[in-house]
Amino acid sequence: MAEKAWLIPLLPALSFFVILFFGKKMPKGGSESGIIAVGTSFVLAVIVAAQWIKDERIVDQHLTWWSNGKAHITIGQHVDGLTAMMFLVVTFVSLMVHIYSTGYMHGDVRFTYFFAALSLFTAAMLFMVMADNLLQLMIGWELVGLCSFMLIGHWFEEKNNSSAALKAFFTTKFGDIGLMLGTITLFFAAGQTFHIETINKLALEHGALSHGLVLTAAVLLFLGVMGKSAQVPLHIWLPDAMAGPTPVSALIHAATMVVAGVYLVARVYGVFWSGFSIGNGGLNWMAFIAGLTMVLTAALAFVQDDIKRVLAYSTVSQLGYMVAALSVGAWTAGVFHLFTHAFFKALLFLGSGSVIHAVHSNNMSEMGGLKKYMPQTYWTFVIGTLALAGIFPLAGFWSKDEILLGATKNGYPYIFVLGLVGAFMTACYMGRAVILTFHGEYRGHGHPHESPRSMTVPLLLLAVPSVLIGLINAPGVLKFAHWVRFEVPGVEFEPPEHKFAVPLAAFSFAVAVAGLAVAYWVFYLKTAPNKGAFARSPLRTVKHVLVEKYYLDWLFVTVVVGFIKGPLARAAYWVNQNVIDGVVNAVGVGAKLVGRFTYDVIDQKGVDGIVNGIGVSASETGGVLRLVQSGRVQQYALMLFAAVGLLAAALILFT
Amino acid sequence: MPITEYLLLSAFLFCTGIYGVLARRNGVLVLMSIELMLNAVNINLVAFSARLNDAAGQVFALFVIAIAAAEVGVGLAIVLLIYRNRVGVNLDEIDLMKG
Repeated sequence: MAEKAWLIPLLPALSFFVILFFGKKMPKGGSESGIIAVGTSFVLAVIVAAQWIKDERIVDQHLTWWSNGKAHITIGQHVDGLTAMMFLVVTFVSLMVHIYSTGYMHGDVRFTYFFAALSLFTAAMLFMVMADNLLQLMIGWELVGLCSFMLIGHWFEEKNNSSAALKAFFTTKFGDIGLMLGTITLFFAAGQTFHIETINKLALEHGALSHGLVLTAAVLLFLGVMGKSAQVPLHIWLPDAMAGPTPVSALIHAATMVVAGVYLVARVYGVFWSGFSIGNGGLNWMAFIAGLTMVLTAALAFVQDDIKRVLAYSTVSQLGYMVAALSVGAWTAGVFHLFTHAFFKALLFLGSGSVIHAVHSNNMSEMGGLKKYMPQTYWTFVIGTLALAGIFPLAGFWSKDEILLGATKNGYPYIFVLGLVGAFMTACYMGRAVILTFHGEYRGHGHPHESPRSMTVPLLLLAVPSVLIGLINAPGVLKFAHWVRFEVPGVEFEPPEHKFAVPLAAFSFAVAVAGLAVAYWVFYLKTAPNKGAFARSPLRTVKHVLVEKYYLDWLFVTVVVGFIKGPLARAAYWVNQNVIDGVVNAVGVGAKLVGRFTYDVIDQKGVDGIVNGIGVSASETGGVLRLVQSGRVQQYALMLFAAVGLLAAALILFT
Repeated sequence: MPITEYLLLSAFLFCTGIYGVLARRNGVLVLMSIELMLNAVNINLVAFSARLNDAAGQVFALFVIAIAAAEVGVGLAIVLLIYRNRVGVNLDEIDLMKG
């Protein structure tokens, strides 16, 4: 079955075309095609995963697309534990989102289009995950970027939404330049191949590639990761991406697409490991960025009123955890956090969607007291919150604990500290979100009601793994670390693994509980803080900075874009007019002179002379031959017979 | 079986035909001369067929007769049309194909 893993991306891809061409004519507007395709893919993914667990046999196959000299551009599949896990996560979350969307998007103007894009997204993501070479990975990567753009701008009639789509597209595209250059660097470094296994092997072998080269490639690739997985300071697109429909936020901007960057790091880990010298501990570029991301963006979640934005900043922060885990060498922990996070973050987003569906507003200031109106949403949302906060024994606890454990054991104390601070803040802002949304008095309009079953069933289905899935890597079980591991055939390399440490786990658990307690104290007991006192305190400045998102948007839009639009554009124009045009003009004048010479001497005298000579001689020959063509049949006949006579004579004489 | 006489007759007829084709001005007579040449060939074919005891020559002769009939049919039609259009079939006056 693992050899047929390519069917998993193929089915949603076919579904995309089916929905595109026939969706509007289908009784359910094309949604059934998407659900069937993704559902089948999910079943196949389960089979692939089961077979991996049984055989643990890596499948690495490819077809040659075309060859150019030494370089073979291939398309292939690499199925190992990581791939099987990603298949499972993507198809499962996508299936839930598909089902949920039939309720959430009911009656939308572009219902069919929406499902077509969902199918294409799922196919692209699976295609990327399956890739055995960087080029294919990049194709999938760009395709998911495109789908993200399409879906963020789903309601493009509003200017804000289309701007958000453009922002997401351009910001990630900026990172993609790095990805592309990194891929090219590795292509040449590894002897003209995109094959990931080969690249990993070369990167990990001592002295096969120069350290500078690997470092360059790693830094460039990491730029792509920063764009796609929203690391500071390229995270600015993700909160704005919440302009898209909520199921999209759940699927793309929380559970699957944004982890593409994390997946890339995990997949090409050899390059990152060697490039950033992760094994040595201390400070590296990746850990630095990830550490900043964890804490800075978590702080931003405190001042958001839009519930989806709270979750968006939480996602950015959690992506920071994953990248941090990989950057400190805790490969399993990073991938495990990706795995658990996908479930509870999808759950939280779909839960928030359910709330938004009920109150017709994204703002928590118009919510409150929803616990009694929508109990199913409330309880599943609380489960998601506890899982995200890292409460024992829910999913997030195990993965976050492993990250912190890896950070201390591998010599990255600052990541450990930042991780704890982040964990505290995560628990706190999630507590705030739950309290503002579900507790207290209802502050919105109309009468909220529980969502339809098509929306609550996926919530319940996602709540189950959110609670239980962490246990597969609990001490004593440790199946995940065994099933999903980084291995390159032929190289003795394994990222370090550490034993579960009870004191550390207890400490991080206590931190999470403290976070929730603070949230309860600040936002539940003292719902209206003393405004006057607050306004005078230095906290006001902090809040202002947070509301302005560290002025990063201002920095990018006004300073960077403004600089590009203003002085840089003018400078570029000047260079264009004076330098480039000068060169171009000089080339033009030179070309003109050469052309004149060619025309006068070579063309007019040489070539024309030959051509005319041929023409004149042909004409004169024709004049002579013309006399023969008298038009008299008998003259022709005479020539014919004379010729026959001559030939007959020649035959007789010369034989 | 000696066939010298037949070959001589054939050569005589062929030369007569060539003379007619080259020298006569009337189109109908030219066509008749062509018939003479064809029949000279036929005599040759039949003579050699008898000499070599091979029926193939006679088969060829029959084909030549059949095709000659067709050729004369086309030729006479052309001559007739030329006569209608130009009132006369003198070949040296017909030089439409002059280059």
